[in-house]
Amino acid sequence: MERTLSIEIRLPTVLRTHAAGATTVAVEGSTLGEALNSLVTQYPGFEGQIVTAEGTLHKFVNVYVNDDDVRYLDKLETKLSDGDVISILPAVAGGA
Amino acid sequence: MPVAKSVLELIGNTPMVDVTAALDPGKVSPKVRVVAKLEGQNPGGSVKDRIALSMIESAEADGTLKPGQTILEPSSGNTGIGLAMIARVKGYPLKIVMPSNVSSERRQLLSVWGAEVIESPGSEGSNGAVKRAREMAKEHPGWAFLYQYANPANPKAHETATGPEILRDCPEITHFIAGLGTTGTLMGVGTYLKQHKPGVKIWAIEPPAGEMVDGLRNLDDGYIPPIFLDYEGAELLDRRTVVGPRDSIEWTRRLTSVGIFAGISSGAVMAGAAKCAATIEEGVIVALFADGGWKYLSTGAWTEDIDVVTERAKSMIYF
Repeated sequence: MERTLSIEIRLPTVLRTHAAGATTVAVEGSTLGEALNSLVTQYPGFEGQIVTAEGTLHKFVNVYVNDDDVRYLDKLETKLSDGDVISILPAVAGGA
Repeated sequence: MPVAKSVLELIGNTPMVDVTAALDPGKVSPKVRVVAKLEGQNPGGSVKDRIALSMIESAEADGTLKPGQTILEPSSGNTGIGLAMIARVKGYPLKIVMPSNVSSERRQLLSVWGAEVIESPGSEGSNGAVKRAREMAKEHPGWAFLYQYANPANPKAHETATGPEILRDCPEITHFIAGLGTTGTLMGVGTYLKQHKPGVKIWAIEPPAGEMVDGLRNLDDGYIPPIFLDYEGAELLDRRTVVGPRDSIEWTRRLTSVGIFAGISSGAVMAGAAKCAATIEEGVIVALFADGGWKYLSTGAWTEDIDVVTERAKSMIYF
């Protein structure tokens, strides 16, 4: 069996209620999709919140592995390395 | 160079300069160059002069802006400053809705050209200013609401001028990197470059969302600028990377080693260019530096302890 990796997911305030108020959750998985499944297994309230029923990322959510938006990596197939940090953020406007 | 009839004729046609020497030579192939486009050379001091002029002229042309009519706009600084300069020259009263946590120079510059500043809560970031301005636009239908986040004249200014200038001055470009705000610069320049040189990669740099996202009650309160959706931004971009305040300030300081005094978001873009440079064997990366350093002197970005300045930047809008 493939070795599972230790990954941290950072949650925005708006999603912390689903994780009993936690700001970070430790998950396992060798891809982003596996890591997010691990999050849902621990906290079922995340079901449908980040990944839609159609299996794509929620439109108003940006997911970053370390500092890169996964939409421009391999989306849910993005490979993870031990110690990677996944950040989930609501889409917001930047400065202008 | 001919004498301009008005300061407005001096907007655009900004210079480009090789800043490769600011990179760490051990980490970059000798076949990689980074070229900066210095938008701080615009008369109002930033890239936003371009869209401010484009939005005003487009509203004049289609009749939504009439002589003497009040203009309303949400802005964390540069768009407001560009609009203020142009509105003063053209004789329009201007109201800018601006988050309270911007540098004091940004607010002062609006006053220089006679604009009225309406503050929105700093904790709500740019989203809060957008929200307040939209409410005010509804309450005052007689005001012209330019709304840079959805105004096609914003990306159009970059598609018809900034993009062509870049390809004219640096035809060897392989990558284009700029900051992501309204998304107008990246959408306009990116569209032009991909049409005329399809292999060019487009990288977006953004600041960490930080505390301003804490104001959102649910995910649907999030905001994607309509311009980004209209230009199919998700497909147009090739990479989207967050650069934090510490890296941004460090690179802003490093740029002074090649004589460039740029704003903090330019440091973030340069950090992204360095990251990009380290991943390619050869190429020419064009980095758009949105403004100069003048408006950020009060933040201590160049002179104070980096830890202190980084901490300060976390609660400030510098993009």
